[in-house]
Amino acid sequence: MSNRWGLEEMQRVSIDAAGIHYTDLNREIKRAFAAGAREITLTNVLGQRFIADGLRGDVSLIIRGVPGGDLGMFMSGPTCTVYGNSDHASGNTMDAGTIIIHGSSGDAVAHSMRGGSIYVRDNVGYRAGIHMKQYEEKCPVLVVGGSARAFLGEYMAGGLIILLRRGEDGPFSERGIGSGIHGGEIVVRGEISPECLGVGAKVAPASSEDIGRIRPYLERYRAVFGEDSVIQLDGPYTRVTPSSSRPFANKYVWE
Amino acid sequence: MCGIIGVVDRDRKGMSGASIKQALSMMNERGSGEGAGYVAYGAFPDYADYYALHIFFDNIRETKPKVEDIIERWGTIVHDEQIPTYEQPGIRKVHIPWRYFFRPDPLLMPRSTTPEEDIVTHLVMQVNSSVKGALIFSSGKNIAVFKASGWPEEVADFYRIQDYKGYIWLGHNRYPTNTPGWWGGAHPFNLLNWSVVHNGEITSYGTNRRYIESYGYQCTMFTDTEVVAYLIDLLVRRHLLPIPLAVRALAPPFWDEIDRMPEVEQQLNRAIRLTYGAALMNGPFAIVIANQDGIVGFTDRIKLRPLVAGECGARLYISSEEAAIRRIEPDIPRIFMPRAGEPVIGRVAS
Repeated sequence: MSNRWGLEEMQRVSIDAAGIHYTDLNREIKRAFAAGAREITLTNVLGQRFIADGLRGDVSLIIRGVPGGDLGMFMSGPTCTVYGNSDHASGNTMDAGTIIIHGSSGDAVAHSMRGGSIYVRDNVGYRAGIHMKQYEEKCPVLVVGGSARAFLGEYMAGGLIILLRRGEDGPFSERGIGSGIHGGEIVVRGEISPECLGVGAKVAPASSEDIGRIRPYLERYRAVFGEDSVIQLDGPYTRVTPSSSRPFANKYVWE
Repeated sequence: MCGIIGVVDRDRKGMSGASIKQALSMMNERGSGEGAGYVAYGAFPDYADYYALHIFFDNIRETKPKVEDIIERWGTIVHDEQIPTYEQPGIRKVHIPWRYFFRPDPLLMPRSTTPEEDIVTHLVMQVNSSVKGALIFSSGKNIAVFKASGWPEEVADFYRIQDYKGYIWLGHNRYPTNTPGWWGGAHPFNLLNWSVVHNGEITSYGTNRRYIESYGYQCTMFTDTEVVAYLIDLLVRRHLLPIPLAVRALAPPFWDEIDRMPEVEQQLNRAIRLTYGAALMNGPFAIVIANQDGIVGFTDRIKLRPLVAGECGARLYISSEEAAIRRIEPDIPRIFMPRAGEPVIGRVAS
């Protein structure tokens, strides 16, 4: 039993997740939050899905281990910091808050994300940022320090993806970048192999204005991951945007 | 959605089934309790030289003598036994699993260059397509398959897989989507020394099935994965393709990628695509295949199903989820994600 001397300690809770099913783990998290905890540390996390799903409010989750899929789905407000890799679709349809991954992420990270931000220190899998969207003041951001696999920003409808490609030189050459994009933007450090541009996407060098716009996110990335995360700020950066707001208008409509 | 895991110990050190059960059950969310299964390579050291025919019987009195009659026409049954099972609350024992250790008589297949394997393949196809109430679900040497309708832990406990040792294990947790779950539809699918576990759908099943049936294989298990076992047998054992090229035939590069390759590569990849167009598998899939020499994992060309690999000393792991691998090796030094369509291979030291 820990000694608790003040309010601050009362607000800190630790949960050992070893061998606990995700349903019980999420119940514990919600119970702790309702009881006033504002910093919840989960230790020995291994494969539990749906952590912090639907959680609303100001709370910080520190996740030690490898969480399962759909981390922070529908989450609105909390900050999840993962010390490890995360599985598929972290930040799925997330509404607000922050996910920070000190490692890599599986396929479809930021799937249908609608607000908040996700920072991945290393790499992401296939279809990162698939169908991200934005509406009025809600504009989700995905920042990836390492590289991404094919179909980055597939069917993207809004939001911002920043791909920093730490340690990588040469053009970014993964298939189908922004395939079906009809809103939002993808900013990639370096050039993009022309044949890898997806259907419905167009590409242009990022302007100094564009770079100015992403700078706060780069600074946040550095602040979050510290010295290990040295990134080259010097470009060139390339920007991928939709060539039209209805890239498939002629595919599905016959008149 | 299904969960898969495979592990090979490249030094051929035996691993008990206990840990693969724990790893597979990490992914219970990927199944529906309607099918789970395991395979162990090196499970029968006392009978390592004989084909271990695993059979589900619906009825011992009627179907068993019929099947034995067919088997004995092609060789000698050296030993047979009921596969030990242990009652589980969640499993209804609708079939009686039996195993035979069988020595085929090569003189009975005189025109074949691989008479023993051809006899066993023929036996499997004949029994599965003509004897109602019997299914040969495994036919390799020194290989044990354990499968049934149930959750991964239940099926593992039903067969007590912790009592077996293997230098290769595959495990599969099934979520049947296109056909009802049944014992024969649980993975792994096996023919001779090949075993296959698969997550996804082979949407080209019709084309692949017609192709494979033209070579004498018969699909009898009402699910798509069966064709993968037969395709790999055809491509590697009969057509002598190296494993990486066989995988390339099943999940080849796109034409536009081939167009950008150096000339020699282009020729090779065009030849593979043109020769094996009907073996190309479409749809979302992640697959792990094993034979006595190792395991290979790969996904469809646009990576519509997850696959993660990990390396720890002599062991290579391939799974749908990293957590399943870490259940066995918490501090595994290397975890990586194979590229779409690219094989990740773990070969035992020769």
